[in-house]
Formats: sequence, structure tokens, C-alpha cells
Amino acid sequence: MKSIHTLVIGAGQAGLAASRCLSERGIEHVVLERGEIANSWRHERWDSLRLLTPNWQSRLPGHAHGGPDPDGFMAMPEVVRFLEGYAALGRAPVEERTRVTRVRRIGGGYSVETDRGGWACRNLILATGACNAAKIPACAAALPSGIAQLTPLGYRNPAQLAPGGVLVVGASATGVQLAAEIRAAGHEVTLAAGAHVRVPRWYRGRDIQRWMDCTGLHDTPAAEVDDLARVRRLPSLQLAGDGRRRFLDLSALRAAGVEIAGRLAAIRDGQALFSGGLANDCALADLKMNRLLGTIDAWIGANEPGPLPPPERFAPTAVPERPRLVHDLAGGRFRTVIWATGFRPDFGWLDLPVFDAKGALRHEGGHVLPGLYVLGLPFLRRRNSALIDGVGADAAHVAAHILETRGRLAA
Amino acid sequence: MTIETPIRPAAADNGVNTEALIGARGAFEQMPAAAQFTFRSSCAWNTGTQSRNTINGYAGLGQEHARKRTFTIDSDHPEVFAAEDTAATPPEIVLAALASCLTGGVAAVAQHRGIQLHSVRSLVEGDMDVRGILGMDPEIRNGFSAIRVRFEIDADASPEDIAALAAQSQKRSAVFDMLCNPSQVSVSVA
Repeated sequence: MKSIHTLVIGAGQAGLAASRCLSERGIEHVVLERGEIANSWRHERWDSLRLLTPNWQSRLPGHAHGGPDPDGFMAMPEVVRFLEGYAALGRAPVEERTRVTRVRRIGGGYSVETDRGGWACRNLILATGACNAAKIPACAAALPSGIAQLTPLGYRNPAQLAPGGVLVVGASATGVQLAAEIRAAGHEVTLAAGAHVRVPRWYRGRDIQRWMDCTGLHDTPAAEVDDLARVRRLPSLQLAGDGRRRFLDLSALRAAGVEIAGRLAAIRDGQALFSGGLANDCALADLKMNRLLGTIDAWIGANEPGPLPPPERFAPTAVPERPRLVHDLAGGRFRTVIWATGFRPDFGWLDLPVFDAKGALRHEGGHVLPGLYVLGLPFLRRRNSALIDGVGADAAHVAAHILETRGRLAA
Repeated sequence: MTIETPIRPAAADNGVNTEALIGARGAFEQMPAAAQFTFRSSCAWNTGTQSRNTINGYAGLGQEHARKRTFTIDSDHPEVFAAEDTAATPPEIVLAALASCLTGGVAAVAQHRGIQLHSVRSLVEGDMDVRGILGMDPEIRNGFSAIRVRFEIDADASPEDIAALAAQSQKRSAVFDMLCNPSQVSVSVA
């Protein structure tokens, strides 16, 4: 068994940022990676996906995009190259193709078993990401046979779908992008939309991410939030990185011929039953969007960043007058259901009493147990903790804490 | 991502003890089993379409509870359905239940957000094609095809914040959920 001061599991943006922050502090460490650097970006994303954050926002400790198109959006191969470049720049000590199979507590640290030998470490940073597995509602079990089920982790492009109708469940960034793409490929598409977050891609002459950045919304610390559990499970913003400065909201999807139904409430006797509460989910999304735009307008008013287009308020979501409540899934019209119902991390290899009743990892701002840290989860320490742009600050915090603890133990 | 609802100083008094409700959340987080409630109502036929519902006990917090007194809700049908019209119809009682549930929610949300309410009124309408309940056309459902609630809220808040009260009350309403989403209903004979 090899021994090392600090181990990092995962060589995506979180693990590489952690490595960089550890190196800067002279902390000996190794990064274990089940596949290759940026593995999830390489193998678990659909073909057309681009980052939802503009290039300028890909900022990691000691590294930024810096390309000629700051307002562009990286496609997946570019993200992979970006992270490979980051790993090379910091000479990150990554051991690829090393899958962690079990983590246990030993003495004052942790034992980490892998398919290529074991490690002992004093500190362990979990940087395996927030999207290892797709969340699928229990009602999926009631789908009639003959309907293909896909998750965004398995979806690549519309060519893999059988001809016929597609039910996309979920109206976060993933659901709206897949519904738009599959509809454009000629399929009949119904999107089941529950609570969702509507925002314009472009507002008052800038990308919405620029405003969220300069107003400080992205940096909101967890301590300033009223109900942390709630904000941690919020759906992602309805955005696409396709470079078009347009909404990708329910109104736009409807105009593109996507049928909008309420949240998928149940599947019963071969029928999908949708909630009749769609109008309220849309009303809430409109109210919250306007509150966000109000925050941006107030910031612009107070900071006068230069001549800008005037404030704008957008038409309320075009909710269908009588949204569909039932779809017959057994009738042959629908061939595919895509569960765009969120993701969850997979810590199945973590043999430690660190999970809550619902199986989620318990942590306090990334601190799990003494010497055990996690990075890259939604609202870990700040609103942008799960973004490439936000993980660096959290990684620096963890590295500083490890350094401080080492100092205390040595003293 | 979302923007937090601004929490104002709790100067408003809508007669809602939000601290107690927030305290209950904390308690149920520790003991989820205590959050399992069973509500009940018993019904006795009188004559024709007349019946009387009697409501008293419920189970919750791991035990049985009695109410301060027994509540009754009578029901009947209007004369146009060849009944005596002695009380509200069951579907009207459902509309009333929805309005009361949302109204209580408006008050609780307003209290939590520090918004003083002056008056909250609503009109609830449900559309029904009675050929459904008469069994004339299997394509027509028995129940309401659409329900509309129209609130008139006088409060110390902007129109947008008032709209948010109604929206948030729907999000947390038991009856709104029961009407919008399917439920498992089983009926047996003893």
C-alpha cells in the first residue's frame, strides 16, 4: 500500500483545481482518475452540447480560457483540451485509469482501494462531480414495454432515437436543450415541465452570466441563504450555449412546435399523467426571472457601467390554455422517454457513515469528516460551486485548510 | 439559481405563527415519522342526496388527536338535479376547500415575507359538463374540466410581491396538489 499526505479522487475541473491549489502550497498529493482527464466531459455528454457559461467564465486557479472569443461557448472537445492544458500547466500528478473501489477510515486518515493497488492518506478530497448518475423517478418502472428509456448520460443525438414521439421529462437546461434538438430533427416532442428557472440568455447588451458575475450573485455564500437544502436542489437555468442570443424557454419551445405539459405526476395503466399546475410553475418562473432582472437593473443603476440598452421586461411564459393532462404511452405514438430529471453524485465506494437518510453526502461547506473534503457539488460554499468558474475558490479553501491542519499537527 | 425572496422585518401581523411552523420543520427533519398524518372525516346519509360529514380526530406526531369540537359539513344537490337544495354540492365543497387552502397559504407566506395583509378575497369557479356524471358520454369526465381561482388581495406590497404570494401559496397547498395531481383512491365496503 502506497502512502501519501493528500489524495484527490477525480481529474475534472474540481480535482485539477484542487491539485493546483495543493501544489501552490507545497502539499504532496496524487490525483486518481478512473478514466482520462476530463472523463465525464469526454464520455458522458451529448454531441451538440456546449458549456452554458461563456469562455471568459472558464476561470480556474492559475488558468483561464484566454482565447479570441471570450463570449463563445466551448464544445466538449474544447473543454477536454482546456482541462488537459490545465493539467499539463500545473504538472498535475494524475494517475489515469485508476478506479477507486472503496474508501475506509484508518487511524488518523483514510485507506483508498483502487483497481490498481491501495493508498493510505491523511487527507482525501472527493472531486468526482455532481452528475455521475441520472435521477430517474420511481414511476419509470410503470412505463409500458416497447418504450425506450434514455437518460442524458446515454443520449448522444437524435439519430439514435426510434422514429416517433419523444416525451422529455424535465425542463432544466438539459431538458429544454434536448427537447429543442429532438424537435428540430423532426420528432413529435412533449416536454413535461415542473418547477423551472427561466432566464434570458442575453440581457441589456450582455450575456446573463456577465450580469450574474458582476452583481455578485454567483458568489453568494451558503451562509447567506435562507434554505440551503432548497437552493441546492434547484433546477439549472434554462440556457443553451449555442451562441444564439435568445431564450430557450417554454415559450420558445412551444413556438418551435414542442408540446408543453405539466410535471409528470404518474404513469398509470400505460398513460402518462401530467400535473394541472403548469400555469403556476410558469408564473413562479416569470416572477423569479423578473426579480433577477430587477436585481441586475438595480446594480446597473448604482454602478453605471456605461451606456446600455434600457431595462426590459419580457412577456409572461406562453402557457398553453389547456395543457395536456394525459398522454397514452401504450398507443404507439410515443417511442422514447428521456429522463432529464436531474443528476446525482455517486459515492457508492465511500464506506463511511457520511450519508443522510436520503443517501446524500453530508457536508458542511465541503468539510465531510476531519481530513475528508468534497468539491464540485451544487452550492457547496457558494452559488457557483458546481461551475468551472466557482470550484477554484472552494479548492483554495480546502487546500488552505489542509495546510493549516498540517501546521497544527506539526506544532 | 434563483433570487432569494427578500425577508422583511416581521412587523406584519397576519395572525400566523411562522416561527412555530419553522420550528416544526426542524422537528420533522429529526423525526420524519412524526410528520406522517392521517386526516379523516365520517359521512352519514340522511335522505336523497343529503348527507352530513362529521370531522373530529386525526392522527399525527405519532398519536391520535381530538379537535376542540366536532365540525360538520352538510351536502346536498340543487333542485335542478331533482334534489332539495339543503346544502352545498360536494364539488362546491371541493372548490371551497381549494380556496381556503390557498387563502391560508397566502396568509402564511405573507407573514413569512413580512407583508401585512388587509384583505384577501377569492372567487373560485369550476367548469363541469354534467353529461359526464349522467353517464351520457364516456369522453366527458365527471369532474371539473377547469378550475379558476381569482384572488383580490389588499396588502402593503407591490403588485409583483402580491402575485408571488398567490403563486407560492399554490406551490405549498395540499388541496391544489390533490386537484392538479393524481392520487391513489381506494373505496371498500365493510
